[in-house]
Amino acid sequence: MDKRYTSDAEGQRTYIFTPGQLSQIEAVLAEDLLDVGVHSVTLIDMAGNIISTLDNGENKHDLYSLAALAAGNFGAVSTMAGLIGEDEFSLLFHKGKKENIHFSKVTDEFLLITIFGKEISLGFLRLKVAEATDKLMGLLKPGS
Amino acid sequence: MAIINLKKKQVQAKIVYYGPGRGGKTTNLEYIYKKFRTRIQTEMVTIKTHGDRTLFFDFLPIDIGKIKGYDIRIQLYTVPGQVKYESTRRLVLRGVDGIVFVADSLAVRRKENVLSLKSLADNLASYKKSILEIPLVFQYNKRDLLEEGIPLLPVEWLEKDLNSKLKVPYFEASALKGPNVVQTMKKIIILTIDSLRKDLT
Repeated sequence: MDKRYTSDAEGQRTYIFTPGQLSQIEAVLAEDLLDVGVHSVTLIDMAGNIISTLDNGENKHDLYSLAALAAGNFGAVSTMAGLIGEDEFSLLFHKGKKENIHFSKVTDEFLLITIFGKEISLGFLRLKVAEATDKLMGLLKPGS
Repeated sequence: MAIINLKKKQVQAKIVYYGPGRGGKTTNLEYIYKKFRTRIQTEMVTIKTHGDRTLFFDFLPIDIGKIKGYDIRIQLYTVPGQVKYESTRRLVLRGVDGIVFVADSLAVRRKENVLSLKSLADNLASYKKSILEIPLVFQYNKRDLLEEGIPLLPVEWLEKDLNSKLKVPYFEASALKGPNVVQTMKKIIILTIDSLRKDLT
């Protein structure tokens, strides 16, 4: 599989996702998360850019704004964790009346955002997210 | 950190408007949002205090059309300018691909411009990025106040304080009234996309 990460000056990177890679990512999101009943799942980078997104066709959220806010939110919470002496928090989750949102770090560069309703318990979702995250890590590692 | 999606033939890049507090960063985005409202499909996101000061960031995604067959989506962000929000500014700068430094032309804000530019360089360095290498333009804002007799910094002074080493493009502008707001945005988009060109071939 062709994965390309170009690195110009130190630390500056452009991520290039090939069609094959994106199809594999979408397959993981679909099989592990969408098919178990989540409303939408989005893979973003920590800058707020969307890599891949799938939904069940019922809800149409402004995903670009959501991605920007999610990255900012996650970044802020991670910084707060550091301030209180934690490496990171193991759970970042917001509960709503109808929709809930769960954040999971995939690697240091990517974040998985899952929106789900009452049909799925948080515990089950965390299990499925962990499975999906493991698979995504293999797909997103540079040079692998 | 730009994202190139070869499947959808799409490029996403992040441009941040940086500068001292009350310099006009949010006003820039508000002007762009109003000007291109019919072409922007989402609302502008703003997270601000009750006093209308940016608290976290403003966000505005713009589709600018195709370059080399790729759809280009630019995500415009501003940072909060107040000194106490340094950590937040660093967060918002994560993954930045291009920067507009909005300097305040008011004479009394000379020192704040310089300190803000230094903080930008330091925050970029924390991500192993160099202010000397990232696409950057200066906007010397509030030039319209000259007509009202308010003391402004001469452009030569702003250039000497901020751009003597970087030597990047600059625009004299008024974010409130509009002159050179769009031109600033166009220039930084061109510079940012140019920096990604080798990845589009």
